[in-house]
Formats: sequence, structure tokens, C-alpha cells
Amino acid sequence: MMKRIVILGAGTAGTIMANKLRKALKPGDWSITIVDKEETHYYQPGFLFIPFGIYGKQDVIKPKRQFFPKNIEVIISEIDRIAPDVNKVYLQNADALDYDFLVVATGTEICPEEIEGMKEELWHKSIFDFYTLEGAMALADFLKTWEGGKLVLNIAEMPIKCPVAPLEFLFLADDFFRKKNMRDKVDITLVTPLDAAFTKPIAARELGDFMEKKGINIVTEFNIGRVENEEKKIVSWDEREVEFDLLVTIPTNMGIKAIERSEMGDELNFIPTDKHTLQSNGWENVFVIGDATDLPSSKAGSVAHFQADILFENMMSAIAGKPLEANFDGHANCFIESGGGKGLLIDFNYETEPLPGKFPFPGIGPFALLKETRMNHLGKMGFRWLYWNMLIKGRDLPLEPHMSMAGKYIPEEEAETV
Amino acid sequence: METAVLDNRTIELDKDGNLANRDDWNENIAQEFANMEGVGELNERHWIVINFMRKEFDAKGDAPSIRKLTKESGVSTKELYALFPKGPAKKAAKIAGLPKPKGCI
Repeated sequence: MMKRIVILGAGTAGTIMANKLRKALKPGDWSITIVDKEETHYYQPGFLFIPFGIYGKQDVIKPKRQFFPKNIEVIISEIDRIAPDVNKVYLQNADALDYDFLVVATGTEICPEEIEGMKEELWHKSIFDFYTLEGAMALADFLKTWEGGKLVLNIAEMPIKCPVAPLEFLFLADDFFRKKNMRDKVDITLVTPLDAAFTKPIAARELGDFMEKKGINIVTEFNIGRVENEEKKIVSWDEREVEFDLLVTIPTNMGIKAIERSEMGDELNFIPTDKHTLQSNGWENVFVIGDATDLPSSKAGSVAHFQADILFENMMSAIAGKPLEANFDGHANCFIESGGGKGLLIDFNYETEPLPGKFPFPGIGPFALLKETRMNHLGKMGFRWLYWNMLIKGRDLPLEPHMSMAGKYIPEEEAETV
Repeated sequence: METAVLDNRTIELDKDGNLANRDDWNENIAQEFANMEGVGELNERHWIVINFMRKEFDAKGDAPSIRKLTKESGVSTKELYALFPKGPAKKAAKIAGLPKPKGCI
């Protein structure tokens, strides 16, 4: 009898999985169904460049169907809920899908309504996000005519998708205002719940130095409680205040509402998942990948891509009735745009924080880890081609899913404590 | 390894100044940490949070986030910040004898 795999979500992770599974499984034995709420695939790393006019809308969207393999069923609908105890997914278009295996790749979304006063009269007037295409486009319009003032970037709470994006935004903003000869008219401040610019100590120090050099202020351990629209300020739970003329917010990131309706998620609707095998903790035939998991890895496309290699292997084992032997190590690899046509690259996993060195070839590179170079910037810009043409089609890239220590070194002063 | 004299004993601390060994914890030590952190005399409401954190840590291996605390302990975010000013998750973890919450990346 024909068996069925249902993939929920056709973003980076879901699309890669559809391609990998279809290639490996005979259409006569296995049907594959992929569900997503919309027809458009967004190149999310590109959203960062939109506010500054570097990319436009057309640079970051393509039809999803262009990237699906042949012989899969595509359904465009919102998900109502999953009933994992009876192996069923209910869709809002009234379909119900039975499955043998389920892949949940529903990602994360921003929830500005979680913060009092955030989504009120100033929303998309003086307060913008850049994690949605609409937010990034509205901010681009705003910046065209803005004459300066206090620019505040606030991270509401962790975890967020792509934890380096807020820093990149600040570096690009610094560059943008310099080029417009108005840097002296803009006061830039990062307001973060963390105790430093980034979560990992060695990289945090490096990035903190960068911020200082560029004259970007930082307010740490600030947990936003509310936005005062009239007085244009954000207020923390312990009543500290930061005034703004332009607030760029990274709102609370949560898994989609259908996960909450299915009672499968934690307090942020992320699904408890085995951090090595990517099997859900609750159900043997439910696997979770990408931003939808509760894994202590970064929520980022590179992570989803490395996870896909592991999950593919484990699903093939599960299908064959064998134990799951592939282990995800938390590998992430992120280009960090630092402004002025330069960038940094960081490569890390669950155990090892970002270290300096060369990547991917030890001693050669061409990319330098944790160091600002032009080549890293070119890597970041070139990645878009790789993404559309190779990555989401599930083709192999010359990158190992597991992090390698080759080419990396631990700075001397750190060697004792790491 | 750093040490501190707490509850009239020499006790090992980790790099964040939290207890290195959970077994060293008792209610007197909790109160001494509370004094050091500017939290003051621990009352019934503090103990609801502290006990919730200890229970969660036993079950999950990490201290809960503020969001989880407020959702499940019955203490609102506002009250949490009043009880443990400037960083309830971090301070309550220390007082509860737990390591600093891992936080997310």
C-alpha cells in the first residue's frame, strides 16, 4: 500500500526536505505532500538589505513551485491543527491529511502584539520590523526621507531568528547614514535583553569592539515591557526608559499558532525535539526541522540546511525500521555584514563557540572567520545565487553538516577558560 | 575555582558566582544569595518562584525562561520584576542554587 509523508511548511527547511526525500523514495511507494500558506518563497537573508535600498522586493521573492521536485502534491492552505496521536493534519481549507511520517517545518514568526503598545498608532510609522517583507519595505520608504534623530534597535526577547541580523542592521545603518552625510545627525543604540552584543563570548567581544568603533551605543539587560506611543519611548519591566524617534524592533519570535492549537509546543510554540536526531520528543513518526524546533541552536537558514542532511538520513533509517544514527551537532555558519563592503563569517555548534581561523579550507580560506574582510562580504552577496540554485533544491554543497575544528584556533587569552 | 563562605561553610562557586554543586543548597544559602543580589528578605511569593525554578530544573535540566515562569507559576511578569529587580531569571536561578540560565542563541 502506498505510504505518505506530509511536510508542513515550504520554506528553506521544508523545500530542501521535499527535494531530498522525493529523490530517494519511489513515487510508487511513497507519496509526498507539502503544505504552505502561500505561493511565494522569500529569500529571508535578503530582507536585511531592503531598508537601505540595496535589495528591492524582486530580489527576494520567487514562486515556491519553481523549487519543488516533480511528483509531489502541493497544497496551499493554512494549517488548522495537527492531531499527532491519530497521524492526521487538519487544514483550514477543510482537507484532512493522513500521514505515515510528518515533517514539521513551519518556522517562526514575529509577534509584535506580544508587547504592550507595540502594534498601535506608531506601527509602521515610527516603529518598524525588518523580519517581514512588508516591514522591511515600509522601513525603506521611511529611511528615504528621514532627517535623523534617535534610532533605537530593540530585541524583545530571545530566541530570535538569525541572532546576528540585528547587529548587521546596525552596521549597515551606520554605513548608510555616513554615505548620506548625516551620520552626525543619527544617534544609534542597540537595546538588548542580553548582557553583551551577542550570545557567544569571543564573538561578542569582537562584535562589541566593532560597535564601539562605529559609535553605536548599547543598553544591555533590557527586557521590554511596553511601548509608550505618545512619548515615543520603550520601557523595561524594571522601569528603565529609552527614547526613540525611530524604533526598529525585533519582536518576540514564536512558532505558528497551529502548533499552539495542536498543543505540541512549548511556551513559545516551539516543538520539543531531540537535539541530535531531530525526532519530536512526543511522537516517533513526527520530525521537526529548522526554526520550528526548540533546539538550542541558532534559528537560521544555514542551520536548517545542515539539519536537512541529518534529518534525511534519520528519516531513511526510520522508514527502513532502523535506529536513528545521524546526529546533529548544532552547526551554524553565518556571514555577518559589517558595512562598507566588508563582512565577517562565524562557524560554530552546540559545543564550540565562534572562533577565529580560515574557512572552509584550513589555512587557505578563502573566508576568514571572525575577521572583517571584503571576501566575506562577497560570500554573503554570492550566497543568494547559491540559495536559489543549489541549496533549496537539496543539491549537495561543499559544506559538511558537522562543524569541523580544522582551520580554527582558540585565542590565547581564552584557551584556559574555553 | 572560586569559593565563598555561605551559611558558615566554605562553598564552591561556578564562574558566574552560582553554586558549583546543587547539593550545597539550603534555605539559609538562598537567603544569603538574596541579600547579596539586593532582593532582601525572601517571602512567600519569592518562594513560589524559587520552588518552581527548582522543580523545572529537575525536570528539564535548565532553568525556565521568564515567559515560562509567568505562564506556569502564577506570578505575573510585573510582580516577577518587583520580586527580583533587574533580571528575575538570572537572580532567581542563583538564589535557587541553580546555574545561570543558558539563554538562547
